[in-house]
Amino acid sequence: MIEQHAIALVVVVPLLAAPLCVLTGRGRGAWTVATAAIWSTFALALHLVQRVLTDGPISYAMGGWEPPVGIEFRLDAAGALVMLVITGIATIVAPYARKSIEREVDDFRQHRFYACLLLCLCGLLGMTITADAFNLFVCLEISSLSTYAMVAMGRDRRAFTAAFRYLLIGTVGATFYLLGIGFLYILTGTLNMADMAERLVQPAWDGEGLVHQTRTARAAFAFLTVGLSLKIAIWPLHLWLPNVYAYAPSAVSAFLSATATKVAVLVLLRMFYLVDGIAMPFSTLPLADTLVPLALIGAIGTSILAIYQEDLKRALAYSSVAQVGYIVLGIGLASTTGLSASLLHLFNHALMKGALFCAMGCIVYRVGSTRIAAVRGVGRMMPWTTAALILGGLSLIGVPLTAGFTSKWALITAILEQERWLTAALMLVSSLLAIIYVGRIIGIVLLAKRPRGAPQVGEAPVWMVAPTLVLALLNLYFGIASDTSSELAMSAAQALEEVAR
Amino acid sequence: MSPEALLTTILLTPLAGAVLIGLLRKAPNLRETASVLTGVALFACNYALYSAFQDGAAPSLVLAELAPGLQIAFTIEPLGLAFALIASLLWPVTTLYAIGYVRSHRERNQTRFYASFALSLFAVMGLAYSANLATLFVCYEALTLATWPLVTHANNRSAWAAGRVYLGILMSTSIAFLLLACVATYVLTGTTDFTPGGILSQPLADGSASSLGLGILLMLFVFGTGKAAIMPFHRWLPNAMVAPTPVSALLHAVAVVKAGVFTILKVSVYIFGLDLMRELDLHLVLAYLAAFTVVAASVIALGKDNLKERLAYSTIGQLSYITLGAMVATPKAIEGAGLHIAAHAFGKITLFFAAGAFIITAHKSRVSQIDGIAKRMPITMGCFLVGALAIVGMPPTGGMWSKLLLVDGMASSGHWPLMAALLISSLLNVVYLLSVPFRAFVLPEAPRTGSYADHGMAPFLCRVAMVTTASLTVLLFFFPDQVHGLVRLAAESATTP
Repeated sequence: MIEQHAIALVVVVPLLAAPLCVLTGRGRGAWTVATAAIWSTFALALHLVQRVLTDGPISYAMGGWEPPVGIEFRLDAAGALVMLVITGIATIVAPYARKSIEREVDDFRQHRFYACLLLCLCGLLGMTITADAFNLFVCLEISSLSTYAMVAMGRDRRAFTAAFRYLLIGTVGATFYLLGIGFLYILTGTLNMADMAERLVQPAWDGEGLVHQTRTARAAFAFLTVGLSLKIAIWPLHLWLPNVYAYAPSAVSAFLSATATKVAVLVLLRMFYLVDGIAMPFSTLPLADTLVPLALIGAIGTSILAIYQEDLKRALAYSSVAQVGYIVLGIGLASTTGLSASLLHLFNHALMKGALFCAMGCIVYRVGSTRIAAVRGVGRMMPWTTAALILGGLSLIGVPLTAGFTSKWALITAILEQERWLTAALMLVSSLLAIIYVGRIIGIVLLAKRPRGAPQVGEAPVWMVAPTLVLALLNLYFGIASDTSSELAMSAAQALEEVAR
Repeated sequence: MSPEALLTTILLTPLAGAVLIGLLRKAPNLRETASVLTGVALFACNYALYSAFQDGAAPSLVLAELAPGLQIAFTIEPLGLAFALIASLLWPVTTLYAIGYVRSHRERNQTRFYASFALSLFAVMGLAYSANLATLFVCYEALTLATWPLVTHANNRSAWAAGRVYLGILMSTSIAFLLLACVATYVLTGTTDFTPGGILSQPLADGSASSLGLGILLMLFVFGTGKAAIMPFHRWLPNAMVAPTPVSALLHAVAVVKAGVFTILKVSVYIFGLDLMRELDLHLVLAYLAAFTVVAASVIALGKDNLKERLAYSTIGQLSYITLGAMVATPKAIEGAGLHIAAHAFGKITLFFAAGAFIITAHKSRVSQIDGIAKRMPITMGCFLVGALAIVGMPPTGGMWSKLLLVDGMASSGHWPLMAALLISSLLNVVYLLSVPFRAFVLPEAPRTGSYADHGMAPFLCRVAMVTTASLTVLLFFFPDQVHGLVRLAAESATTP
């Protein structure tokens, strides 16, 4: 029974637990409910991933209405990878949130916060598994709206403006997505992705070429790409991101940086590889030539910006944009190896940024801020947090035996396969910039002298340090035992490219 | 033990040593004993592996495949064997020296110190026995990170600044150039395995790579190996001299820097192959750059009054001898380069041991303070003299053979300016190195002042270590065959595919 409906339950459990959180009101209750829901979702996800990897994709007709009429939930290897990331990070962030949120969010808002967190999780998971283009829009909005609310609960009043800006830009993105889907609906008369794919390769009504080569289809994909790029924060559409990550509550930064943009990448890929074997936007639109330069400019430009940030969380946020650049770069290569490298980096980046933002949260818990003046020299008083910070930082640089190295290796291999030497060189330049900004962050936290008169602090509570360390050590684990993650990424890439039914 | 088991043991021994050192942090004497014994055991294993190798064993060990083309695998070949033997022989000796040094210097965090040493040796062993470029790269970076706590050991402002330069240069060059070069090799050939005769002649033959392209690849390798300290990427080495002297001695005269030139040698011999190297136009450009480094570093060393800094610049010059030999790529030059790894290691570690002895006993770190010191520290100064002779390349030291082979190699390549550079640098070596024993033995002692004026000899363990390495230098003069045999094997395998 559970096995049969597991794929639906993944979305339903957090959706139902969210109002329960509100009902429990103030106190520990909301946290308990949220954690229980998140952990059971993770268990379900593990079960599903196992099944997908052994038996192939799972399809589920929502409410018993068979697709293409009803909404179809469909989990393939790519979805499994992203689902694993989302639920895994949520599982680690949940215990972390307990102390962190107590400190950073007003007492009377905490239960609503957990409700938002669950709704966001529900929306993100929905985006991952739905095979219905309009249902995907609904899930996108659920996750976005709850995210705006969570960001606005940040410790700082600037969180309001950050959330508002994100709301404006995010809504534009979602609207573009909706427009794109509208066009596709006009062309095909269906919203189920598989069904849509079948009709896109039929001859067009004017007899010239196929449906997906028509101007309407191209316009649709242009809208979809731009809309989703806003959500992914591809340079130069990233302007919302730094403030959101910097001013949101720490747990939210950790959760969002590891999940939200990743899901948007998955959706973009689903749209790109909608039809079997043809990467539509790469054949009908000059996207491969556009994405790669944008990704490189983003990777280098935002890395430079990251070096000059006065607030360490903001520096990490800019670094996120740079890292998204790597992911997009892999996609822009339009090859299987590129795609799998990009998915591997998606997975690994979730680990490193999760660890780094969690470590920042630990510092915020003790010091109250991540501005350079406040955090100078706290490293020696918080050894475990610093250890996590260093591990995450090394992984971000791409030092061997950390997760970041394997994805970087895979990405460079994919780039050089196409003999794009300049691209490879530029990517490595951005890695050098990463050495500088990571070195600067570690320098400030660990090496700088604590200013005279600055408060002496201790290590963050174990509720926060333990999850942070777990994430940091996962960076090591997936750096050494990376055959699992790279195989998963490879099968995910293949699943995306040849939607074999 | 089977050769495979030996190889595994060699990789695990330093790790086990590090753990043991950590566990024994409360008992300094036991901790140091464990450290020395680990070193001895490691050398014994390496020697056993060497014997097995001579009986024709060729063990290989595949640990994991991290990503396509990124296999962690180990095997043995003559060059790596020679490097591992040298490093593991000098480790226990350095540990003996370190015991005397850090105790009389009252260093803090001694457990971390010894444990980092063991971890560095782990990385060195992995690097020496790596079966492919990917493994070599991983171990190379691991070595950088493992030695970093040793560079910053003093925990003061200048140590941290040096640590920053150290990580900055070594890591940026390796990530920017070496990583790119490794991946490019993989993409061009579909493998990164070290193969006798090289693997890159195939892409050149079928047209997938041009001669210029391969030349640039070679350049990436040479510049990416920041540890070989070719100019302009040499700044980290003088900076790293803030570390305690045992660190400078073992790591920045032997393990780390030799890992750099070893990488270059290995790439020349097993990735490019000597025949291909000589076909590339750029190999001469790099050879001349190395020759420039040889001379320039010697000139800078002349002007350094701080003894350790002078030795550091001398090291930069000597490393470029080896790089030069690799770039010239005649079999003789490769033999000379390989033998020079050993000769310079024994000589330079002796020099550093002596320099450290002056610091801890007499609190003298500058050449100008050293006048007449030989009356108080005759053994130390005698060892220094032997080390200096090895670097200059005079009998009765092993340095003579390697220089002879290198000069022979330059001559057979027909590039006279390169040979001239070697000879000029040797003359400069005489001036800046032999002037130290001259001052110490001949000049009268300066008027004594300060609380350390009435110093005696260096600590006993330091003297033992010094005499050991000095005798090794002399032994290498009389019995160069073991090391020479190994490097000759490598050089021969590189020319006859």
